[in-house]
Amino acid sequence: SPALAEKFGLGRPALPEEIAAWNLDVAPDGTGLPEGSGTVADGEMLFSENCAVCHGEFAEGVDNWPKLAGGEGTLANDDPVKTVGSYWPYLSTVFDYVHRSMPFGGAQTLSADEVYAITAYILYSNFLVDDDFELSRENFLEVELPNAGGFIVDDRAETEYPQFSQAPCMTDCKDTVEITMRAAVLDVTPEEESADAVAEKEAIKQAA
Amino acid sequence: MTDQSQPSTTRRGFIKAGLATGGAIAAGGAAGAAEPDPLITEIQPWAQGLGDGVDAVPYGLPIEYESDVVRRNVPWLTADVISSINFTPIHALDGTITPQGCAFERHHSGAIELRKEDYRLMINGLVDTPLVFTYEDLERFPRESHVYFCECAANTGMEWAGAQLNGAQFTHGMIHNMEYTGVPLRTLLEEAGVQPEGKWIFVEGADASSNGRSMPLEKAMDDVLVAFKANGEALRKEHGYPVRLVVPGWEGNMWIKWLRRVEVTTQAIESREETSKYTDTLADGTSRKWTWVMDAKSVITSPSPQSPIKHGPGPLVITGLAWSGRGAIERVDVSTDGGKTWQTARLAQPGQPMALSRFYLDIDWDGSEMLLQSRAMDSTGYVQPTKAQLREVRGLNSIYHNNCIQTWWVKESGEAENVEVS
Repeated sequence: SPALAEKFGLGRPALPEEIAAWNLDVAPDGTGLPEGSGTVADGEMLFSENCAVCHGEFAEGVDNWPKLAGGEGTLANDDPVKTVGSYWPYLSTVFDYVHRSMPFGGAQTLSADEVYAITAYILYSNFLVDDDFELSRENFLEVELPNAGGFIVDDRAETEYPQFSQAPCMTDCKDTVEITMRAAVLDVTPEEESADAVAEKEAIKQAA
Repeated sequence: MTDQSQPSTTRRGFIKAGLATGGAIAAGGAAGAAEPDPLITEIQPWAQGLGDGVDAVPYGLPIEYESDVVRRNVPWLTADVISSINFTPIHALDGTITPQGCAFERHHSGAIELRKEDYRLMINGLVDTPLVFTYEDLERFPRESHVYFCECAANTGMEWAGAQLNGAQFTHGMIHNMEYTGVPLRTLLEEAGVQPEGKWIFVEGADASSNGRSMPLEKAMDDVLVAFKANGEALRKEHGYPVRLVVPGWEGNMWIKWLRRVEVTTQAIESREETSKYTDTLADGTSRKWTWVMDAKSVITSPSPQSPIKHGPGPLVITGLAWSGRGAIERVDVSTDGGKTWQTARLAQPGQPMALSRFYLDIDWDGSEMLLQSRAMDSTGYVQPTKAQLREVRGLNSIYHNNCIQTWWVKESGEAENVEVS
């Protein structure tokens, strides 16, 4: 617990300019959003120049690169498509992540206005705003993403730990044992790939 | 003189040794040798000439005959090799400490090069005095050393829908276990002075991905280390040189590498790595967030698909690893018949909290098929579940946190395969 502790007098106070340079994170309630604004139209142009080579002109994704739009209503399907529109809970995360870490290989090259515009375009690509929409710090919290209510806090302590904390069976635990699936049949270790593996590959790709 | 130690000479000796071993197997293992073994009766070059001088290798690598004990990647898993994963060769290792050189990597924008001279750590947010530390500053705080496992949340994630990758390295190798030395994060936070409104921290790395994650202040003040040494030496570049976060028992994504900033906040930032990723979708389409702890898990590392039985029937060492993010491993049971019956294996050492444990079960293999499984139990009483049990709660699409019991089908040939059983 944060009790009173001995101080060592190491380090030095951080300067405001230094904190401003590194403290870029944006919270769901808008804390951390910089001044600025951007339109869907500007965002479409910026996205085409900076993002579309991997994410597609309509944010639909190219090859194995992440889809940013689409997949609405697929989360309970066998192969959910998780995008900003279908899965992400908060718009703050879109702004924050694009601002700090995109484009891939050229991160931190976008101004605040440009990130507002690209964020507006991603909303448009997900059919969440009209083409004349302008996103700004002032109206940012008016946008609610479709899956904002789709998350629960880790509940393993209630749903799993009691039933997985029973004394285990040691003998005569089951009558028969049959092999139901074989990795060698799938044969995707490590480079090869079969049609059967494509669906699973899609799921894992989303983990990347 | 030095010619005697040239690789060509040694290799000739190695080939001879191989032939001799093959002959011994043909002759029937422990049965008496039909002919004298030339590896014994003939003077070998290494017994006559000289080996390498002490100046030959200032920092050594494994001998060439161990060249298969390396990290491997699976190209189809990710879109590119920069935001990607590779796998520790756990099938070939023993004990618990992972050699750093083959310990898995997971980057989101590559392994960056950050000199100690260029390193800065900032603590800001709800603190009395926002601070900047240099690397030298960190080395002046009181240190601790602990052994912990770092397991990627996605370890075994490819196996949710079925048996897919054929080898413990691929199914369970997103893990390493090292002895870390560093400064408790608590010490640094107290140096800055955490304000009462502070409930969370947000931590991020110096790389382009930043890998920012939120963590409750209680964990930060408990056992989180700001580490600069692993297994006795500086962190490897790919593991966060010069400074990474060590978050005992919690999913590997939170072990921020190239740590550059710790911000004390009132709330979770809900960053990309805790919303889009590292959230676990259940069958009904809702998703768990903040699934930080890695539950009890184990795997038999040998025999396994990459480590088949080559010696025929008779004495067989079954060995593997067990670990839990909720405490120490207290027991590991092993089944050779797909879970019908179990016997308790032997732990090499008493389990340590949130660290890998090594287990052994020595059996007399009669040469018939086996369905090998291991089942870990931790100090909370939690018993590692089957995949069916996990699927019943979670469905097939949660990607992360697959700690199910693994089955290897060992055939009469001694080869092993990744399978699922009823």
